[in-house]
Amino acid sequence: MALLETKDLGVIFGGLKALDDVYLKVEEKEIVGLIGPNGAGKTTVFNLLTGVYAPTKGAIRFNGQSIIGKKPYQINRLGIARTFQNIRLFKHLSVLDNIKVAMNQHMKYTVVEAMLRLPRYWKEEARVAEKARELLRIFDMEDTAEQMAANLPYGQQRKLEILRALASHPKLLLLDEPAAGMNPTETRELMETIRRIREMFGVAILLIEHDMNLVMGVCERIYVLDYGTLIADGTPEEIRSNEKVIKAYLGG
Amino acid sequence: MDFITQLLNGLGLGSIYALIALGYSMVYGIVQLINFAHGDIIMVGGYAIYVVLVMAGMPLWLAVLAPLVVCGLAGMLIERLAYQRLLTHNAERISLLITALGVSIFLQNLFMILFGSETKTMSPLFGSDSFALGGLSVTSATLINIVVSVVMMVMLQLLVNKTKIGKAMQATSEDAGAAKLMGINTKRIILLTFAVGSILAGVGAVLYINTYQQIRPTMGNLLGLKAFVAAVLGGIGSIPGAMLGGYLLGVLEQLTKAYITSEVTDAVVFAILIVVLLVRPAGLMGKNRKEKV
Repeated sequence: MALLETKDLGVIFGGLKALDDVYLKVEEKEIVGLIGPNGAGKTTVFNLLTGVYAPTKGAIRFNGQSIIGKKPYQINRLGIARTFQNIRLFKHLSVLDNIKVAMNQHMKYTVVEAMLRLPRYWKEEARVAEKARELLRIFDMEDTAEQMAANLPYGQQRKLEILRALASHPKLLLLDEPAAGMNPTETRELMETIRRIREMFGVAILLIEHDMNLVMGVCERIYVLDYGTLIADGTPEEIRSNEKVIKAYLGG
Repeated sequence: MDFITQLLNGLGLGSIYALIALGYSMVYGIVQLINFAHGDIIMVGGYAIYVVLVMAGMPLWLAVLAPLVVCGLAGMLIERLAYQRLLTHNAERISLLITALGVSIFLQNLFMILFGSETKTMSPLFGSDSFALGGLSVTSATLINIVVSVVMMVMLQLLVNKTKIGKAMQATSEDAGAAKLMGINTKRIILLTFAVGSILAGVGAVLYINTYQQIRPTMGNLLGLKAFVAAVLGGIGSIPGAMLGGYLLGVLEQLTKAYITSEVTDAVVFAILIVVLLVRPAGLMGKNRKEKV
């Protein structure tokens, strides 16, 4: 059974079919790409998978259960975490706190314990802070821990978003244009990191990306969306030589 | 010497404004709602004390505990019944504001029906001793007000800055959509924020009754308005700002009463608000945050 499976997924916004007949499958620990021209509906797919929008029709099964009708925070707790196309960090919190917020439900203490500063409060805070620092080490960002997120350079903000998503222990990580604004060297590093994250955390990754070097280099399978419907899926080689895909990208 | 006494009295008065201002500020910080019903929460707390202490004749510790519980529950109930749907459906802020005014009028009229519109008096909760402090004469109420308000602010700062609940509040305040996607139950966090703000108002009610010994259904109007002024003066959304604004307002009010005349107190206080906002539109300690688009 696939980790994530959508069937006949569709959503209509004000009479406009934003997505129609979308069948996706992501197996455990798989790296899958979702590509397509601008406005094809890629981010809309992410918004459906995370409960931001409710689909008009179709089914989404994750880890053996339907997640339709579940709230975003519930879906996150079931194991889907994401990043955003336009970075949405908590800018006025520290780097460390951004990660700790995503670990909120893994901290086991009550308001009363926190206010009386009982041992469990200190223990849990320290445990989670250490875990957050471990995560920062993946990107060599330990020394930024106390900085305000807004003060990080752009590339590190993108990385922090990935770490924040990982902090909630997802089984499926959704990356929305992780390479946006990165130069070729940074993009190559990012490819390495994506593979490393999969090995370290055993997560499946579904990513939206315009950078074809990254998509072709890191994804095992690729889905292609155009005007809200899937026009192709397959391995990078198959997608590269697919007539419909070439047409959608070049126009005609 | 007299001046210092007046200063202390002003701080005592300001402590009550400060506690109420904290509630305005917290709620505004998380949902950008000016909760005009917040002043009436104090009134609800005042009647809770009256019912427990005078009508039921129960012990003092219950009369101190009751307003905290009643105000906390009232705050959550108001959020759940009046605001939550508007917030989930992203209603215009103006609709929320009108709803808040409606809740305020509803509460005042409800309590008029329940208890009558006349002023009820009580005796001070914690006695009315005065202390000589190095030649100064200070009432116990003033001292209690100052100490309690400072303790409350420290506790609130710890809650907001040092606990997972506080971090979740800050994250929700900054980007509720992103917070939800990181596993935060933002509805619960907002409810909790109303509860905390209202409990602080309950503490304010205890201090108010101990200081002024009287209640009436409309007492929340001017009290709430002044606390709101204090929150804006200090920089709405900022905890230390709300405290500073509250103390400042109390001191200014007391000094005007003592050295000018008590008839123009409110005029002076509100004139100061206008001047401060002309010079510092974000308030004394407010961050000049850009509006979210």
